[in-house]
Amino acid sequence: MKTTQILIAGFGGQGILFAGKFLAYKGLLEELQVSWLPSYGPEMRGGTANCNVIISEQPVGSPIVTSPDVLVAMNLPSLQKYVDTVVPGGQVYVDSSLIGVQVARTDVQVFYIPATAMAREQHIPTLANMIIMGHLLQNHPELSFEGTATVVEKLVPPTKAALVELNMKALTLGKEYTV
Amino acid sequence: MAQRILMKGNEAIAEAAIRAGCRHYFGYPITPQTEIAAYMAKKMPKIGGVFLQAESEIASINMVYGAAAAGMRVMTSSSSPGISLKAEGLSYIAGSDVPALVVNVQRGGPGLGGIQPSQSDYFQATKGGGHGDYRMIVLAPASVQEMASLTIKGFNLADKYRMTAMILADGTIGQMMEPISFEDAEIETYEKPWALTGTNGERKHNVVNSLYLKPEALEVTNFQRYERYKHIEQTEAMWEEYMMEDADICVVAFGIASRVAKNAIVAARQEGIKVGLIRPITLWPFPKAVLNKAADQVKGFVSVELSMGQMIEDVRLATECKRPVALCNRCGGMIPSPDEVLESIRNAEKGVF
Repeated sequence: MKTTQILIAGFGGQGILFAGKFLAYKGLLEELQVSWLPSYGPEMRGGTANCNVIISEQPVGSPIVTSPDVLVAMNLPSLQKYVDTVVPGGQVYVDSSLIGVQVARTDVQVFYIPATAMAREQHIPTLANMIIMGHLLQNHPELSFEGTATVVEKLVPPTKAALVELNMKALTLGKEYTV
Repeated sequence: MAQRILMKGNEAIAEAAIRAGCRHYFGYPITPQTEIAAYMAKKMPKIGGVFLQAESEIASINMVYGAAAAGMRVMTSSSSPGISLKAEGLSYIAGSDVPALVVNVQRGGPGLGGIQPSQSDYFQATKGGGHGDYRMIVLAPASVQEMASLTIKGFNLADKYRMTAMILADGTIGQMMEPISFEDAEIETYEKPWALTGTNGERKHNVVNSLYLKPEALEVTNFQRYERYKHIEQTEAMWEEYMMEDADICVVAFGIASRVAKNAIVAARQEGIKVGLIRPITLWPFPKAVLNKAADQVKGFVSVELSMGQMIEDVRLATECKRPVALCNRCGGMIPSPDEVLESIRNAEKGVF
């Protein structure tokens, strides 16, 4: 039985919840069990935001992620707050354009991706989140890159259809990025 | 396989209500349930329904009372402090024997408390809240799927027994998204000959009222209502049993607490502890019989709650104190971790309650 517990954290406005929704929908597409739980406290009204995603072959028990297999940190406070909760052998994705420090732990796999800088360079400044998601998918065969367009189409409202292509561009950038 | 879509728990309640035939929603915004009102605001005008944001919680529950008296499927939703404001209306609705669905997506209390998840309105939901002798059917969803299915069930039961059904959820289940399907929805409809629909000059007036100045008459309405409640207690209790076949320890938990408890039970089983779960799905009627039976099998119970220990009283009553009951709890918006529940299970295994 394989269960992946994912914690995505950063500032409000970075698309933290959207990235989590993307993973949850991708899991749904793969016919896995999924749960998505956002932070909804005062912090999300202009401060830090985080979301818990669980993707499993079994029905999901608690939707609360306390010991993530995967941490996506999109700012320094989030990395500092959560890095020690990652299970040994887990993965940490770091937006290295916003986080200047290295992860001290040696028992986790760390991926430094300058996602915010890459997004800005490509004129998709709000899609750093999806660059990291693209890279994450590469390391998660249970989710795979296949079918991502279907997921993005589901998530992007029809009134903003132009964003589908831009999201796909960001995902592909992340996929092709070599750490 | 049924088609699964991802939905937030709060949205699932709103969509299920619409599918159940609810065309009247009256509410007032409050975190963490505002998505219900938002969904209704968007959908109701498109399907000929009514969405109305009232000037207060008190106004909204009285609008529910009115629409219910007219025989409509009607609902309101709020969170803990807002439900306190609705308590008077809930008592009037009970005293008038009209059906309504009320949703409480609980947050920490007392007072304005906080906005994080809680289960500390258990007493309020199951023991009263408003004044007078009355009950509400209280349904406790533990997943987004159940947010939908119990909403539909709630409308069915409310109409069947002419009373309020309450969905007692919490901030976590309200805010989280999970895959759900509406394909198995069983929507029942009931004739409402008592409703205030206009006589057309062809029948006697129907009266919906909770005022009885003659004590003899008021007593009769209470006795009759409690006959109905007795029937509900005997026939409508719902629960889930999980790994109870060979259990020595029984965890009792509902809603989000039961989800955490399941993780702890799986971990405890790996340590060789024979532990199971009884999850009440109806909090009233409380599944007394199954718990009483379990008391003859297990050496003790652990009540896991997001409160200072409210359901634990019903566990003790249901089991007639035949076995000890430990409390594993967090409150104020905090949620017990699977490790905390596991520790309580280990203690129970050692006989420490």
